[in-house]
Amino acid sequence: MANRILDKTAIADDICRFIIEAPKIAKKRKAGNFVIVRANEYAERIPLTIVDSDIERGSITLIVQSVGKSTRLLNSFCAGDELADVIGPLGHPTLIESFGTVVCVGGGVGTAEILPIARASRASDNQVISIIGARTKNRLILEDEMRETSDELHIVTDDGSYERQGLVVDPLSDLIVQGIDIDVVYAIGPMPMMRAVAELTEPYNIKTLVSLNPVMIDGTGMCGGCRVVIDGKTRFACVDGPEFDAHQVDFDTLIRRNRAYAQEEKVSLERFENEQVARFEGLV
Amino acid sequence: MPCQLPEARRRNFCEVAIGFTEEQALLEAQRCISCKTPICITGCPVEVNIPHFILSILKRDYVGAANIIRDKNSLPAICGRVCQQEDQCEARCVNAIKGTSVGIGRLERFVADYQIDCGSFATPFIAPPTGRRVALVGSGPASLTAAGDLARMGHKVTVFEALHKLGGVLAYGIPEFRLPKSIVGIEIRQLENIGVEFVTSCVIGKTETVDELLDEEGYDAVFLATGAGLPYFLNLPGENLAGIYSANEFLTRVNLMKGYKFPEYDTPVKVGKRVAVLGAGNTAMDAARVALRLGPEKVYMVYRRSRAEVPARAEEVEHAMEEGIEFKFLTAPTQFFGDTRGWVTGMEVIDMELGEPDESGRRRPVPITGTEHSFDVDTVIVAVGQGPNPLIQSTTPGLNTTKWGNIITDETGLTSRPGLYAGGDVVRGGSTVILAMGDGKRAARSIHENLMSTNCSRN
Repeated sequence: MANRILDKTAIADDICRFIIEAPKIAKKRKAGNFVIVRANEYAERIPLTIVDSDIERGSITLIVQSVGKSTRLLNSFCAGDELADVIGPLGHPTLIESFGTVVCVGGGVGTAEILPIARASRASDNQVISIIGARTKNRLILEDEMRETSDELHIVTDDGSYERQGLVVDPLSDLIVQGIDIDVVYAIGPMPMMRAVAELTEPYNIKTLVSLNPVMIDGTGMCGGCRVVIDGKTRFACVDGPEFDAHQVDFDTLIRRNRAYAQEEKVSLERFENEQVARFEGLV
Repeated sequence: MPCQLPEARRRNFCEVAIGFTEEQALLEAQRCISCKTPICITGCPVEVNIPHFILSILKRDYVGAANIIRDKNSLPAICGRVCQQEDQCEARCVNAIKGTSVGIGRLERFVADYQIDCGSFATPFIAPPTGRRVALVGSGPASLTAAGDLARMGHKVTVFEALHKLGGVLAYGIPEFRLPKSIVGIEIRQLENIGVEFVTSCVIGKTETVDELLDEEGYDAVFLATGAGLPYFLNLPGENLAGIYSANEFLTRVNLMKGYKFPEYDTPVKVGKRVAVLGAGNTAMDAARVALRLGPEKVYMVYRRSRAEVPARAEEVEHAMEEGIEFKFLTAPTQFFGDTRGWVTGMEVIDMELGEPDESGRRRPVPITGTEHSFDVDTVIVAVGQGPNPLIQSTTPGLNTTKWGNIITDETGLTSRPGLYAGGDVVRGGSTVILAMGDGKRAARSIHENLMSTNCSRN
């Protein structure tokens, strides 16, 4: 079995970094690729962006924020445990060229997904300006890594507990107003954030790419669950994406489709929490 | 054939058809007249010696009968359940000219189940190792058939599957009440017993490319049987509302991810009070009957042609009707309506009439202007077909495809690339289990001939 967790570290509140043994995926993956992970026999198949890889060690890095049951379950796994399945690398790699100046915007755990793009952009001789943000200081991730790979780094927190108070669109807006010649903006984070970035850059005609995270099951182009509306046409995020031109994305449809299982997610999470409590009480 | 009563089975996932008793099988077998020239065999895509196995039934040698089938067909318990016998072997049965054909499929199922129940599997003859290795991509019926044949010819066979479970459409598509997953598991174990190696969760075209299998991993030939992928939609307004599934997504949630056991299993599936299934093929029939078992008040099947053109197997249509699925023939959807949360609440349809036959040979449905009307639904399942999965085609240079992306092969299953074969739905488009198996058989034969000829084209 090659899905062993080699290392697990908590890197912020509710956010863990996993190093997972997956030599074939490590060898193949490019910035923007994702894997489908199934934690155990009962678990959902969930897509997670590959943050980094180590070909020599034969491992990939995933960063997981506890939100619903599936991500909490994953974050309850420890080094030495094995995941039932890790499938990939899936999706098209990010379009990276020597564009000139690129701005990499990461919101929340989206920073984990923007990091490989910032690195690849740097490696392709771009001037890399990065903007990362989080709700609060204890949720901010990968600051050092992003600083290392960026020519310029802006940090914002919603509550002002660290660096500048505000949203990621604020520094981006400043850059545009200052007249910085931006060739491409990559933005990954919560859906409202990506939409806000898209709305900001559209009037200036700045090429903007976002990575979409619709509900996905097989991830290989079979089920059609991950369909998104791009430029009025139905596309499949798993094989046509996950990255698309932000100005062509129908965010409303995507947000509504992603909420389709809100009620079930609540049931699942409550059940998981009760099980955890029962297990804990059994121990004491 | 004995079945669970409709009122009972419409709310459970147990197998609908119960199968012949020994007495029934013997009576049925006696109806075979052992034709001197058995044309039933010519109707079988995998060339099973039908009169011979029926004769063994009459001798009460049921395991022997099963082994006669296995000589040509590695998956008799599966074929005995899902093969369209009525259009194949049974259509050619001499008895069918004046009356009813011999129930060949039911007899096949009887002997296959008998063999499974007594666990008496003969070790098939396996040729000495040839030292050749063949990679099969996908683990559906085409690959499983090719795997059985190639392994018995002495080749080392590895089957790669993208999903976490083996069987392809047999696992994620065909529901438990039509094909119990335990049966699929047993047939796959028989293949493991003769040395076939299975690798799950490996996406050929992504995790490894076809060229890497041939050039780096040292496979001598590759058979592509990746099946159908990308579901088709109707491109109607409102089609991306929540609650509108593709049949593949719906069936995958239920069959593969066990959504009907939510929250014991984590993947949910939502079925409201009124379900509409669009289409009338075998997949549509499966989706409608699965939906019905999840407890809605009403399941409609909306089809733009008439009963006569329904592409699904007759037996499945009858079963669906008995279970209470309401068919709306000559009806086509035009748009979907949703609520403020973006969930589907209704659909508008238009009445159709049939015109001249189109290129498919079926009479073309034509909308009757002014007949638009709406009805309430809160779940819609789109089952109007699917295109080939694009992953292999886009990462395999020199592989010729049709404009729809289906892989082009010659009559032996060979693609435009030497050493690379293909079969099943990725070549044919949406088709049937038995035709996919026929493709697997044909490709196995030509791969074998190619590998055994001194002039092996890959060397």
